[in-house]
Amino acid sequence: MSSHLPLPVLLTFFGAALFMPLAGLVHRRAPWVVAVAGSLLAGGFALFGLLHVAGHGEVRYSVGNWDPPFGIELVADPLSVFMLVVLAVIAAATLIHSREPVEREVAARPALYYASALIMLGGFAGIVSTGDLFNLYVFLEIAALASYALLGANGPRSAVAAFRYLILGTIGASFYLIGVGFIFIETGSLNIADVRAIIEVVGLTVPIGVGAAFMVAGIAVKFALVPFHQWLPDAYTEAPSSSTALVAPIGTKVAAYVLIRLMLDLFPGERIESALHLREILGVLGAIGILWGSIMAIPQTNLKRMLAYSSVAQVGYIALGIGLGTAYGLIGAVLHILNHACMKSCLFLVSSNLETKGRGVKIGDFDASLRRDMPVSSAAFAVAALSMIGLPPTAGFFSKWYLLLGSYEEGRWFFIATIIASSLLNAVYFFRILERMYLGGGDEPARRERTRGAALLATPAAALAVGLLLLGFGNAYLVSEFIFPIVSGP
Amino acid sequence: MPADPSTTSILPLVAILVSMLVVPAILLSGRRPNLREGWTFAAAGVKFVCVLLLLPAALRGASTSLTLFELAPGVGLSLVADPLGVYFALVASGLWIVTSVYSIGYMRGHGEKKQTRFFASFALSLSATLGVAFAGNLLTFILFYELLTLATYPLVVHKESPQALRSARMYLAYALTAGLLLVVAAGWIFARTGTLDFAPGGIIAEGVFSDGELKVLFMLLITGVGVKAGIMPLHSWLPAAMVAPTPVSALLHAVAVVKSGAFGILRVVGFIFGPALMSGQGLDVILAGFAGATILLASIIALRQDNLKKRLAYSTIGHLSYIALGAALLAPGALTGSILHLSAHAVMKITLFFCAGAIQVHAHRSEISSFNGLGRAMPWTFGAFAIGSLGLAGIPPVNGFISKWWLCLGSLESGRDIALGVFLLSGLLNAAYFFPIVIRAFFLPPDAAGDAHPVRGEASPWMVAPLCVTATLAVVFGLFPDFPLPFFELAKGIVQSIVAGSSPSPAG
Repeated sequence: MSSHLPLPVLLTFFGAALFMPLAGLVHRRAPWVVAVAGSLLAGGFALFGLLHVAGHGEVRYSVGNWDPPFGIELVADPLSVFMLVVLAVIAAATLIHSREPVEREVAARPALYYASALIMLGGFAGIVSTGDLFNLYVFLEIAALASYALLGANGPRSAVAAFRYLILGTIGASFYLIGVGFIFIETGSLNIADVRAIIEVVGLTVPIGVGAAFMVAGIAVKFALVPFHQWLPDAYTEAPSSSTALVAPIGTKVAAYVLIRLMLDLFPGERIESALHLREILGVLGAIGILWGSIMAIPQTNLKRMLAYSSVAQVGYIALGIGLGTAYGLIGAVLHILNHACMKSCLFLVSSNLETKGRGVKIGDFDASLRRDMPVSSAAFAVAALSMIGLPPTAGFFSKWYLLLGSYEEGRWFFIATIIASSLLNAVYFFRILERMYLGGGDEPARRERTRGAALLATPAAALAVGLLLLGFGNAYLVSEFIFPIVSGP
Repeated sequence: MPADPSTTSILPLVAILVSMLVVPAILLSGRRPNLREGWTFAAAGVKFVCVLLLLPAALRGASTSLTLFELAPGVGLSLVADPLGVYFALVASGLWIVTSVYSIGYMRGHGEKKQTRFFASFALSLSATLGVAFAGNLLTFILFYELLTLATYPLVVHKESPQALRSARMYLAYALTAGLLLVVAAGWIFARTGTLDFAPGGIIAEGVFSDGELKVLFMLLITGVGVKAGIMPLHSWLPAAMVAPTPVSALLHAVAVVKSGAFGILRVVGFIFGPALMSGQGLDVILAGFAGATILLASIIALRQDNLKKRLAYSTIGHLSYIALGAALLAPGALTGSILHLSAHAVMKITLFFCAGAIQVHAHRSEISSFNGLGRAMPWTFGAFAIGSLGLAGIPPVNGFISKWWLCLGSLESGRDIALGVFLLSGLLNAAYFFPIVIRAFFLPPDAAGDAHPVRGEASPWMVAPLCVTATLAVVFGLFPDFPLPFFELAKGIVQSIVAGSSPSPAG
C-alpha cells in the first residue's frame, strides 16, 4: 500500500461519497454512519502516511502508470501527508458531531448533504496530494462546487451568500488557471517538480512571472486574504452550522497549502522574489488582514460572523509566515494551519451546538445558563478562546512564537507589533463572550434536560480542546519530527 | 566558587502540581464545604513540606531541577528550584496555609457567594505562583505568569458587581499586555542568543545587542514584570483590584501575584542582564528612577486614601518598589535587602490585610475615618495592625527594620545617597499614613455612628488567630532573621551567586 500512498485517502473519500445514494435508501442515519466511517478510515490512511513518510521519505505515485511529466503524479511528501492528517482529523470531528445538526437543518436529504461533504473532502485531499498543476485546478473546482452546495443548503439567505462565494471563488480559480496557462506556454510542462527544474534552466521570463502573479492572486481569493476576504463572513454566517464547522477550518487551509507549495516548490529562491516581491506582498497583506479581521470581529453581534472575521485574521498569520520565508516563518505558518484548524473547528462546533440546542448564536443572548446547561461545550469554547488569544501552554501560543522568531530573524518590526496587537484584540472579543458565559447566575444546579445525541455534540469539541493543550505541549516534537522536514526540503 | 552540581528531582513539580490537582476535587466537593476546605489544607500542607524539602539544597547554594520536555525547540519546560526560587516559594506556600485558615473565617463570616470557585481559583493561583518561582527559563516563567493572570481573574471579578467587572477587565488588560511584552522580549533574546535559561549573573553577552536595543529590551522586560510589581505608571490595576475579597488582597495582592512581579524584576536584573551589563549600560539608573519615584508617589497617594484597603494597596505599591530599587542599586547589600524585603513585606502586609478584612467582616467598616475607638473592642486585631505598621515604617524589632537596614547600607555602598534619602523619607511617610490609624483606633473616643452600632469583641478566631500568627512571625523574624526559616542565610547565598556569576572571571 505504501507505494500508492496518497491514493487510499482520496479513494476513501470519493468511494464513500459514491455509496451515499445507496446508504440513503437503507436507513435515515446510514449516510451519517458511512460518512463517519469513511472519514475515520481516511484518517487512518493519512496517519499511516504521515508516519511512513517521516520514516522512509516521500512517495510518488504515477496515476495509470503514465510517468511524469506526461502523466499525473500523486505525491506524498511531508507537507502533503501533514495536510491530509489535518483534513481527516477535522473531517472526522465535524462529521461525528454533524448527526443532529444535519437532521435539524437539512432534514430533507442527508444522503446528498453527506455526499457533497465527502466529495469536497476528496477534492481537498486531491489538492494537497497532486503533483500536477492542472490536476490541482481540477480538484480545486471539485471541492469548490461541493462546498457551494454545502454552504448554500440553509435557505435563500445562505444560497445568496454561497452564490457570492461561487462568483468570487470561480474568479479565483480562473485566475489560477490563467496562471497555469502562462506557465505551460513557457515550460511546456504541468508537473510541479518538472516545471521547477525548467524554470531553473530558462530563468524568470515574462510569461512565468505573469503566470506566478496570476496563480498567487487566484489562490489568495480562495485563501480569503485581505482584500479578497469579502465572501467569507457572509458565506460562513448564513450556512448551515455543520457546513460552516466543516468548511471554515479546512477550506482556507487548503488554499494556504497551495500558496506554501507554490512559494516553496515552484517559485523558490531570491531571484523571483526580487523581481515579483510575492513573499513581500503576501506578508504585508497578511499583517493587514490580521489587524483588519481582528478589528472587524469586535463589533459583531453574531457569534458565527465574529468567528468568520477572526478566520480572516488567522489566515493572515499563515500569510505572514509564508511572507517571512525563513525556516521559523514557515514552521509558524504550517503549525498554524494545524493549530488554527483545531481551534476554529472547536469554536464552530460549539456554535453549531448552540444552534442545534436552539440557543441561537446572538452574542447578546449568551448568559450564565450556557455554562450550566452545556458545561462541556462551554469549557471547550474557553480553551479554544484562550488558544486563539495565544496564551501558553495552548497551541495558539506556539505558532505565534515561531512567527515572532521568524520576524526577528528578518528584522520585521511591523510584523511583531501586528502579532502583539492582534493578541490583545483577540482577548477583547473572546473575553466579551467568556464574561457572559462564566459570570452572573447563582449556584443553582443544572437543568437536567436531555437533548438527543448530546454526547455526539459535545465530545468532538471537547476532544479538540484537549487536543489544543496536547498540541501545545507536544509542539516541539511535532515541529522537529514532521514540520521541520517540510521547510528544510528533502 | 565551585560549581554546584544540580540534582534532579520531581519535588519542584510536585510542589507546583499538588494544588492544581486538588482543583477538580474542590470543584466536585462544592456541596460539602468542610471537605472542600479540607482539600485546600491538604494541598497547602503538602506544598509547604515539598518546599521545605528543597530548602537544604538551596542553603548549600545548589539547585534542584527537572526538565520535563521541550516546550519549543531549544527551550525546555524546565523547573529549577534554585535558592532564589526556593526563597519565594517558601514565602508563598507558607503564607498560603495561614491564609487558608483566614479565608474560611472571612468567606463564611461574610456569607460570600461562589465559594467553590473562590477556593479552586485560589489553589490554581498558588500552583502558578510556585511555577513562577521554579521557572528555569524565561519561557517557562511566562507560561506560569500567564496562568497566574488567568487563575486570579475569577478572584478579582468575584463579586461580579459592575465595579468588579471593570476592575477585572482592567487587570486583564494590564496583565495580558505585560505577558505579551515578555513574549516579545523572550523571542528577541532567543533569536539572538539561542538560550532563555536563567543564570546567576546574566545570559546576555556583550555585543549581542546594540546599546539602543539593550535599552528597548530592558524596558520590554521591566514593563512586562513591572505591571505585576505595580511600578508606576503601571500600577492602576492594583488599587482597582482591591474590590476582590480580602483574603485575595492579602495573599495575592500583597504576596503571590505582586511578588511574582518583584521576583521577576530580580530575575531580569540578576539572571538575564546581570549587574555588570546593567551598570555598563546605565539600565540601573532607569529602573532606579522609576522605582524611587514610585516609592515616594505611592506613599503620598496613600496618605490621602480613606478606604483602608486602598491605602494598603498604595502602600504595597510603594514597598514593591523597595525591592525594585534595591535590585537597581546592584550593590550586594542592596540586593540582600531587596530579597529580604520580599519576605519581610509579605509577612507584614498580609497581617495588615488580615486586619482590614477582620474589621470589615466584624465591624462592617472599611473607611479609616470610622475607626475611632475600635481598638478597644478589637485589641488583638489592632495590636497586630500596630506591629505591622511599625515594621513597614522600618522600626525595630520588627522584620521590616532588617530589610530596610540592608537597603540603606546598600545605598551607601553603591554611592547613591539619593536612594538612601528615598528610603528614609518613605519610612517617615509610612509612619504618617499608618500610625494615625492605630492612634484613632486606640485613643480616640467612638464617634456618633459608632455609638449607634457599638462593636463588641473580636472577630471570629478563624480570622484573629492567623493575623496574630503573622504579626508574631514579623517580630520573630525581626529578632532572629534565620529562625524558624533561614531567610537571611538564603538571601546572602543568592547575592553571592549573582555577584560571582557577573564578575568578568568565569566562576566555574
